Amino acid sequence: MSLDKEKIKHVAKLARISVDDAKVESLTKDLNSIFKFIEQLNELNTDKVEPLTSILNQSLRSRKDEISDGKIREKVLKNSPKENEEFFVVPKVVE
Amino acid sequence: MSKEKFDYFIKGEKGKYEVVIGLEVHAQVLSKSKLFSGSSTKFGADPNNQVSLIDSAFPGMLPVINEECVKQAVRTGLGLNAKINNYSVFDRKNYFYADLPQGYQISQYKNPIVGEGKVLLDMPYGSKEIGIERLHLEQDAGKSIHDMDPSNTYVDLNRSGIALMEIVSKPDLRSPDEVNAYIKKLRSIMRYLGTCDGNMQEGSLRADVNVSVRKEGDKNFGTRCEIKNVNSIKFMQMAIEYEAARQVELIENGKEIDQETRLFDTKKNETRSMRSKEDAHDYRYFPDPDLLPLKLEQKLIDDLKKSLPELPDKKKERFIKEYELNAYEANVLVSEKEISDYYEEVAKFSDKKLAATWMMGDLFAMLNDKGLDISKSPISAKHFAELIKSIKSGEISGRIAKEVFEIMVESGDNPKKIIESKGMKQQSDPKELEKMINEILSKNKDKVDQYKAGKEKLFGFFVGQVMKLSGGKANPQLTNEILKKLLKG
Repeated sequence: MSLDKEKIKHVAKLARISVDDAKVESLTKDLNSIFKFIEQLNELNTDKVEPLTSILNQSLRSRKDEISDGKIREKVLKNSPKENEEFFVVPKVVE
Repeated sequence: MSKEKFDYFIKGEKGKYEVVIGLEVHAQVLSKSKLFSGSSTKFGADPNNQVSLIDSAFPGMLPVINEECVKQAVRTGLGLNAKINNYSVFDRKNYFYADLPQGYQISQYKNPIVGEGKVLLDMPYGSKEIGIERLHLEQDAGKSIHDMDPSNTYVDLNRSGIALMEIVSKPDLRSPDEVNAYIKKLRSIMRYLGTCDGNMQEGSLRADVNVSVRKEGDKNFGTRCEIKNVNSIKFMQMAIEYEAARQVELIENGKEIDQETRLFDTKKNETRSMRSKEDAHDYRYFPDPDLLPLKLEQKLIDDLKKSLPELPDKKKERFIKEYELNAYEANVLVSEKEISDYYEEVAKFSDKKLAATWMMGDLFAMLNDKGLDISKSPISAKHFAELIKSIKSGEISGRIAKEVFEIMVESGDNPKKIIESKGMKQQSDPKELEKMINEILSKNKDKVDQYKAGKEKLFGFFVGQVMKLSGGKANPQLTNEILKKLLKG
């Protein structure tokens, strides 16, 4: 896999990371060399190997259906850039 | 009931087009607390008061799954005759939006908890099977409020993290009527199971609607558009009609249909493009590192299966057999669990056929009129059964029964008491009736002569006189018989 500048810009946009045009060139180079390193793994045949998503051979821990949290509005809103004691307040987003 | 033929096509200038519809229904799981946090799911709380640090995505918080939500998903899957997967995985679906504090939704992508199933619809043209592709568990997002401030959007995270079941159908639906039947059937199954309250006003049931069109007889599907987040059956139907017509027009004008996400504007009654294409569906799913795979013991699935209630399809079969109802009556009476419970209680103590007729006629009309659910009926099942019994035994006539019914609605009284206290019992004593009829005939000798001379229309006049004299209480059948006998003599 190799990344071109357009792809870098696209991924940056999806991740909401602002990338200067001047930096795109060097980023493309860096990322491509990282990918190249990782792609050595492709030499192995993994056709019959399930993807490993966790190294813990355990099942998911679960909890009972009980109300044990909430009613902490002040805490929840405390770190937001803007709030009105009831809601988070964000710039208008309408489709 | 006579069978009609399926006939829903969009007529273009160059032929007839078939509409192909698939639904992604988002059903809110009935549970006390959220999917991955202990906050309450209760509807209508003060803004941001049912939010934990997990739901608001504070750094370092870890999700722990609610075991009841898992069971509810399994129950729903079983109710949809679907395959339950012993192994499923939670993934992150990445996108940015103000009401999604995590920056991703925890969902299930490649390995959902429930696989393929099916739902049966009763259409006027016969029964139709709709395939279910999958059901998976996911988190709901928060709510953005745009109309409280001219320049800002307010965000309420009470809904954030509530468990949803996304139920994906195969593209098997072909008309707005089928969509209506499908949603109602899903809703009914989930309400029987107690896994979703199906309350569309409160947003417990919403759907993304996939629509495409193709020339009648074509085997290949056309390009589809997805209409996001439609929250009533009526709007779904309107959106489908608009969207299908739009696509047909594009095709007939030799234009291409863009595969895109659209929004249904309920004020203008039209769909319009919602997101720019290049960013759509670039969700970069990957397994959530905070959550291990969900493994279900077969025993848990088997136990849940054993504890399922009787579902609408089974109950319908039983109603037809046990209560000798026709398919239409059985369908209506099993559509809601509460209706079927009410009917069974009435039928148990009175006449099963008459009970069905009166329930589907006068009772439903009254409830509809008052905008009430059957659970709030002013007439209890017990009282309703008494009324049916009185009609069946001939104690009161059908006409008087309607009066008793009205009084029951107003007073909530036992019909026995109403009939007694108002002297509404039917006159069914032949001797009494004969005496009364003789009196009428002797008073109207001229009319009797005319009747005998061939003016048979006058029969109705005599019946009317009997009813008038008896205050509507004369047994109509008996009156007819005696009148005929006496007029002959």
